[in-house]
Amino acid sequence: MPDRPDKAYFFGTCLIDLCYPQAGLAGIELLQREGINVIFPQGQSCCGQPAFNSGFPAEARAVARQQLKCFSKDYPIVVPSGSCAGMLKHHYPELFVGEPEAEEARRFADRVYELTEFLVKVLDIHLEDRGKPIKVTWHSSCHALREMGVVEHSKALVRQLRNVELIELQKEHECCGFGGTFAIKLPEISAAMVGDKVADVRQTGAELLLAGDCGCLLNISGAMEYQNIPIPAKHIAEFILERVND
Amino acid sequence: MTEQALVDFRANFAKALNDKQLRRNLTKAMDSLRLKRKAVFADKEALERLRSVGNAIRRRSLSKLPELLEKLEKKCTENGIQVHWAETKAEANQVFLDIIRRHQASRVIKGKSMVSEETHLNHFLEEQGVEVLETDLGEYIIQLDHETPSHIIVPAIHKNRDQIAHLFHEKIPDTPYTEVIEELNAIARKTLRQKFFAGEIGVSGVNFAVAETGTLCLVENEGNGRMCTTVPPVHIAIMGLEKVVEKLEDVPPLLRLLTGSATGQMITTYFNMITSPRKPGEKDGPREVHLVILDNGRSNILADPELRQTLQCIRCGACLNHCPVYTRLGGHAYGYVYPGPIGSILTPQLEGLQNAGTMAFASTLCGACAEVCPVKIPLTDILRLLRNKSYDTQDSPTAVEGHGYKKNVSEDLAWKGWTAMNTHPAFNTLSTRMLGLIGVHLPRVGPLKGWTSVRTAPKFAKKSLHQLAKERGLSDE
Ligand code: SF4
Repeated sequence: MPDRPDKAYFFGTCLIDLCYPQAGLAGIELLQREGINVIFPQGQSCCGQPAFNSGFPAEARAVARQQLKCFSKDYPIVVPSGSCAGMLKHHYPELFVGEPEAEEARRFADRVYELTEFLVKVLDIHLEDRGKPIKVTWHSSCHALREMGVVEHSKALVRQLRNVELIELQKEHECCGFGGTFAIKLPEISAAMVGDKVADVRQTGAELLLAGDCGCLLNISGAMEYQNIPIPAKHIAEFILERVND
Repeated sequence: MTEQALVDFRANFAKALNDKQLRRNLTKAMDSLRLKRKAVFADKEALERLRSVGNAIRRRSLSKLPELLEKLEKKCTENGIQVHWAETKAEANQVFLDIIRRHQASRVIKGKSMVSEETHLNHFLEEQGVEVLETDLGEYIIQLDHETPSHIIVPAIHKNRDQIAHLFHEKIPDTPYTEVIEELNAIARKTLRQKFFAGEIGVSGVNFAVAETGTLCLVENEGNGRMCTTVPPVHIAIMGLEKVVEKLEDVPPLLRLLTGSATGQMITTYFNMITSPRKPGEKDGPREVHLVILDNGRSNILADPELRQTLQCIRCGACLNHCPVYTRLGGHAYGYVYPGPIGSILTPQLEGLQNAGTMAFASTLCGACAEVCPVKIPLTDILRLLRNKSYDTQDSPTAVEGHGYKKNVSEDLAWKGWTAMNTHPAFNTLSTRMLGLIGVHLPRVGPLKGWTSVRTAPKFAKKSLHQLAKERGLSDE
């Protein structure tokens, strides 16, 4: 297990900044409860993935450079999103190949952790559940699963909560159809995918959907709300904080 | 340019998505193929080791491809197999026609071959008055219905049993209606048997061609491949030039990966290794064996060190079976021969980005394909690369045809604006605040319309995390 640091950077992600700041705050508080001094560089913005995946690597690089600048000290960088963490950790080094920042990007990448991964692997967190019994289900974001390989950490945290019953989706590992600009550029395919995901969530009988990525949350909860399905959706950080605080 | 009419991807996608029967058939079939693969590769670590071996073999083959192809030609020729090189689809088809004409033949029986689909061989030969019969059960079914394969391994996967039952009843003379699988199999078997013996020319694909021995390997389950390659007096095999491997010992790991990934089988029912025509004194086998090696743009792909990985493919179809987009659309919606993830990286390179570039965008980059690919092709990276090239107008010796086709001012401006917003903290603060204030009233037109047709509009928070972090006094080092 890596050494327990005193300080950690928090990379809030643009989607959390815009739509889910409470999830970001919850992530920050979970770190602070463990005694971590959380640094939030105000110059941070987006990981650059939207441009990176849309055919605009130069634009992605410009935005990535801004993050390299803001997170330059030797602290771990904690990210409440598997997708953005994957971008920072796995795609920054490749984005800066042959650029003056190549080495910097590699060292930056080494410091990146997804939030639940950091809580489990670095902080060895122990959660005491103070909430009422509840049935939840969990959606694995594709990049948390395949790029970061952190889904087991996220689920381990949920399983630490005594009164929470985790009912798994039938197709937990299948993409929800968000895909950033994909949902807007090819909306029909995206709609079919999220439709199936919603049906899968429903068949679990869970009262709440959890995920570790706000892109998926925005997509799935938006579709459930549109269909008037009364299953709320929450970022895992927010859920855990509520359970341990209650 | 392609000889095929421009594909209207959006219309195709919408049509496929609205076909409820198709969606049900695909879901069922894909779920079952995925489970079978998972069962046969239960030991994950062993699978990862095997994938690394497969990857290394294919990379090595491609790294010395010209040399291996020369060797293959030499060995085949020594063994009595006649080798023909075809740079284009048309050239490949002409080779077939010339051989057929020389033998004054008019009946061709065919085993499954995706490369022959790529060259549209059946269509070409039929126009020349040659009768072509597909003998793989799936191919036979779709040929009866005048369709193209919707999957590279299971060509009739889009049809269910009822649909096949009706098709047989209607299209095969004197066939009573039945839905019993064994009976349907028997009908196909009986009809095909007679044709095997009447076939004058047998056609097959090639799964691996071994350079050191000049051996053509053919994987199949129905025995029709063996019939096509042994019963008629002439056998013509066709392969893409990337199908060559260096040594015989390269075959077992690839075979294991292929059958396990494709159908979840440890081994297929038949595995043919063809090394020569009938030798003097032998009682069976074709008197002539020909091998057609097709380029059709592959050497261009080989020239680019990253795109080259596309040619590692062993056509197992696992990426299709695991793709959330393919499993909802089926193969026909893609409009080209190779669908799904492999089709989406290969087709734009073969047919030009201006024609097939949309395929590279029809993905969420979820990575399910790359996760299962038995030879570890980084499919998502290649999709991204093709997206970049779609906007990249710069010429280079290895540029993909149609590169830069998507470049346009409004998207350029939008991304420039996005970049400015995300590189200037003051802008960023302003814009997130603005969205927080007006967000709920965002118009439901333009790009957001696609989003809000099945979802509620995103709700923007009143205060951004930046603001909240500042209010909480978080250090901004
Ligand atoms: S790309 Fe990989 S998974 Fe897809 S067909 Fe080729 S070998 Fe199989």
